[in-house]
Amino acid sequence: MKIELTVNARRRSVEVSPDDYLVDTLKKLGYKSVRRGCDTTSCGVCTVLVDGDPIPSCAFLSVRADQRAVTTVEGIPETASALAEEFGQTGADQCGFCNPGIALTVHAMQEKESDTDDETIRRHLVGHLCRCTGYQSQHEAIKAYLGDEK
Amino acid sequence: MKFKTYRRVESLDEAYQLLQEDRKNMVVAGGGWLKMSSRTLETAIDLSALGLDRIVAGEDTIEIGSMTPLSAIEADSGIAALASGILSQAAGAVMGLSFRNLATVGGSVVGKYGFSDVLTPLLAMGAELDFYGEGRISLEAFLKKKGRTADILKSVIVPRSLGPGYFKKVRKTRLDFAALNLAVVTTQRGYRIAVGSRPSAATLGEEAMEILNSADTIDEATIEKAARAVASLKYGDNPRASKAYREHVAYVYTKRAIEEVRDCED
Amino acid sequence: MKKKTFKTVNTQFPSVDGKGIMMGRPAYTDDFAPVDALTIKVLRSPHPFARIASIDTSAAEAMEGVEIVLTHKDFKRNPFTRAGQGYPEPSPHDKFVLDEYVRYVGDEVAAVAAVDEETALSALDAIDVEYEVYEPVLDFESAKGHDSIIHPEKEVYEMFPIGFDPERNVAASYHMEIGDVEQTLAQSDVVVEETFYTQAQAHTMLEPHTVNAHIDYQDRLVLFSATQTPFHVRRILSQTLEVPISRIRVIKPRVGGGFGGKQAIHGEMLAAAVTLRTGRPSKLTYTRQEVFESSYTRHPMRLNIRIGSTKDGRLTALDLQGLSDTGAYGEHALTVYMVTGSKVLPLYNKVDAVRFAGDVVYTNHVSSGAFRGYGAVQGNFALESAIDKVADKLGMDPMALRQKNMILEGETSPIFEVMGEGTEGTAMDMESCKLDYCVKRGMELIGYEEKYPRREVSEHKIRSIGGAIAMQGSGIPYIDMGAATLKLNDDGFFNLTVGATDIGQGSDTILAQIAAEQLEVPLEKMVVYSSDTDLTPFDVGAYASSTTYVSGNAVLKAAQQMRSRLVEEAARSMQTSPEAIIYEDGRFEAEDGSPGIDLGELATKLYYNEDQKQLTTTGSYYGTKSPPPFMVGFVEIEIDRETGELDILDYVSVVDCGTTINPALARGQIEGGIVQGIGMALTEDEHYSKKGKLISKDFLNYKIPDNYTVKKLTTEFADSYEDSGPYGAKSVAEIGIDTPPAALANAVENALGVRIRSLPITPEKIVAALKESRTDT
Repeated sequence: MKIELTVNARRRSVEVSPDDYLVDTLKKLGYKSVRRGCDTTSCGVCTVLVDGDPIPSCAFLSVRADQRAVTTVEGIPETASALAEEFGQTGADQCGFCNPGIALTVHAMQEKESDTDDETIRRHLVGHLCRCTGYQSQHEAIKAYLGDEK
Repeated sequence: MKFKTYRRVESLDEAYQLLQEDRKNMVVAGGGWLKMSSRTLETAIDLSALGLDRIVAGEDTIEIGSMTPLSAIEADSGIAALASGILSQAAGAVMGLSFRNLATVGGSVVGKYGFSDVLTPLLAMGAELDFYGEGRISLEAFLKKKGRTADILKSVIVPRSLGPGYFKKVRKTRLDFAALNLAVVTTQRGYRIAVGSRPSAATLGEEAMEILNSADTIDEATIEKAARAVASLKYGDNPRASKAYREHVAYVYTKRAIEEVRDCED
Repeated sequence: MKKKTFKTVNTQFPSVDGKGIMMGRPAYTDDFAPVDALTIKVLRSPHPFARIASIDTSAAEAMEGVEIVLTHKDFKRNPFTRAGQGYPEPSPHDKFVLDEYVRYVGDEVAAVAAVDEETALSALDAIDVEYEVYEPVLDFESAKGHDSIIHPEKEVYEMFPIGFDPERNVAASYHMEIGDVEQTLAQSDVVVEETFYTQAQAHTMLEPHTVNAHIDYQDRLVLFSATQTPFHVRRILSQTLEVPISRIRVIKPRVGGGFGGKQAIHGEMLAAAVTLRTGRPSKLTYTRQEVFESSYTRHPMRLNIRIGSTKDGRLTALDLQGLSDTGAYGEHALTVYMVTGSKVLPLYNKVDAVRFAGDVVYTNHVSSGAFRGYGAVQGNFALESAIDKVADKLGMDPMALRQKNMILEGETSPIFEVMGEGTEGTAMDMESCKLDYCVKRGMELIGYEEKYPRREVSEHKIRSIGGAIAMQGSGIPYIDMGAATLKLNDDGFFNLTVGATDIGQGSDTILAQIAAEQLEVPLEKMVVYSSDTDLTPFDVGAYASSTTYVSGNAVLKAAQQMRSRLVEEAARSMQTSPEAIIYEDGRFEAEDGSPGIDLGELATKLYYNEDQKQLTTTGSYYGTKSPPPFMVGFVEIEIDRETGELDILDYVSVVDCGTTINPALARGQIEGGIVQGIGMALTEDEHYSKKGKLISKDFLNYKIPDNYTVKKLTTEFADSYEDSGPYGAKSVAEIGIDTPPAALANAVENALGVRIRSLPITPEKIVAALKESRTDT
């Protein structure tokens, strides 16, 4: 089947099978930041935005992206770069494999939530497993980023 | 799961016909667990073009479209106002946010998953299901029916006339499935108690409900009896918890739930 | 103690690569897979123990798009170890690339390389295997002398004596005694004896094991691998596949976490074999299930400990004897087990007698191997749990008991000389040990005086605290070696190439900081690259807490040499003597006041104008000792007295790791370790079915901590300086993981009066123990 979607505001047209998942389609299209971490929707590594909402691309059927807007971290360079600055301040910049997904979730949270208190940040970020940091330095960095953006 | 064709249907009737045609045709709701299955399907039926993802507040009920993602349930203020917000809490207790953007209430209900967190409060709230085909049926009756339904769930309907409620999910980590979940709601006809992840699917604690609803006052002795009754429901072992621990926490949290709900009412 | 104000070290800088990675730029192994690479998929055993009676791959080979199918028939019987250690290895050579025996559910049976994943998976289905199924060994306590011999094959061997006895399912064994333990215990006023169990733990780094291979235009085999040990990978591939080592190049790009899990060889053998035989590029990425089921875990152990004490709390004897489960293969069997004693028992160095012994046995479980804090975390759980029991028996405060007996600066332990890692050890004095400060400061931070042992905060909830102390090492003396090369470029910036492997811990950044400090240049003038067996100097890799100390010292030596070479060149350019040159912050001045020169200008002249030459220096380092970092961990929990559920309110760490080269990254190492330790202590567990199949093979069923697990982490560093370390640094990578199991077990006992002796400490075990204690009384 052929689907048409926009990825990072660019129109793309791609042939997919009915049971293809978006993570593989995006990889095929050359978006290297979209990586597999678990295949059971449990780790957050493959998170992308569909119409602004974070979804696990390992479980999202590519056909469902037809006529929709997909965002990968390559599409939010300002957020990613500013967030990276804060990660660098708290030591949350370790292996980085989970970071593109986190940047996308933070980006979406910023659009949706007017009040980003500690609990709101935790609730949005909980699906992003990290084995390196122990989470607190990430949390502090995200808070600092949101504070700076206000 | 593999499938050969994918059909975004334009009407419920079209979906219904496809389902009747071939047992290897199936409605794919959110698709969160598709990868966990090794089955091969003929046609995956997508209902997303049918506008079934709306939450409509009526006078006596709130009707939740079957394709409503759990994240929308969690965020809905009308649902948060029901029974101390137990359905919002339960929806919000499932996995991470991105998963909840995918998973739908219809998928949770029709899948009858033992570990489901939303089935338990829905059962306690006395939810009804509206199927294309069969029509309306209580969730309670649906859960007792064996096998897979060939009808299509349109919506889940919860009554608005509910008193205070209580929801508890016992789990190892925030992202874990429940070792046990429990919901207590006060309704016009008295207490309703549901227990899920036993590890089999949610069930009503009918004996405990009877004890509470026939008692003159909800005193400590009554609560103790009700909690014992909930603890004597059918439980089993799995890696999340043993039968014995499930019985124990069912007992403890039933007591706490009833006390809390009772004190809220006073 | 040398101490001065630093310019670049002991200062926080963002990781050199953090931004690019956050922005999604290609960085990891799979990002560099050739587009036309064959996809490799592995057929894995459904049986815990079986022999492949017959295997028919003809249907799979006939499928369109299938390039090659490999089985044990395609390989010479040339046993190796996947452990990823130096040479000769202290692990038994007991693994074949593919073997006719399968020894656990998930063991390799065959490999397919095909044009895409779907074809490869279909081809796996088409392989017809008949198994002769044997009775598996699924209980490690009955493995020794079991009727089923897991490694009956004649080719397996040990490279030097490690107690290898495969006929009895023993992969390694060890025994040492200093003084007379039995006699000392008999004469002690108080003896505590306890038995503890620790579980298998999975590394769960977010990037799965990944490799790709191709033949380059010089007809050499090039691998990109998510490995902690590129140089060991090159050597082991060469030895096992009998390819000249000079024909192999291993590139480690950015690695998405390792924690010891990527010290070993995983997909490299099969990818190399496919590419060598087909001439085509190939790639192999483990699924998450394969990461759980077919890589390896932490060694589960049973540890029996006896501690003797006088009645006034002077510890007299330590006796630790145990059994370790190495699973199907013996990676790190001996070394992990030795460290269970050697990185734990010296904490109480003033005892009269100490003994450590035990066997490491094979079972038909997922293999065990290296994992952050290996051995030490298991031993620490036993020792530091038992110390609280001793204090209880003496009626003494447990921290006071520790303060009275623990190792202090300037002291030593006879264990250091007797026990190394796989070999004899190296005597050393604790030239930097601020454990006394750590304990005192930790008690302040947790509020020990007010909060110990417990407070009731509501009808159901109790808050309590528990503590533990720990030590580690900094590399393995006389074995671990690292090297670094500095190259000066025009305009005065440098390339720092290191064999040390950044796997996310930030070693590229801290090594650049060390070089920048010595050369007095801003950090951005130091361009760092790791690791590539063709381009970077040798390093054993990222393990044994060796990078900061061993590789860091190598970098420092390279930078010192570069500094003196630069001074010489500046002197020549300024027509004065090197002795007259004062170098500071990138500028050379002469004592006699003649005109100075900037580093940038000097460098440019060196390449274009005057007596042109390339300046390159290389430093190598191996440790002659392994100065331990020390720490205290205190946890405050809130526990439900009825359900046993607990929340972690605060975890306080006070750490002596010498100078922190980068305080934020050091904190990252500690906090990451603490939370992994908390996962081991509370929620992480490998579940097997009765038939020996792993159930916890995904993140749905294996629960690592998430961002709700710990409410607060409080991390501080002691003011400490290790003279032998680069700018006073010791290691910091592993020690964080050591204290949580014992600290949490101690907190639970302080809250509810029950002792949990097997990990993980689940609410269910707590409730069961409470019930038992009520029946007892």
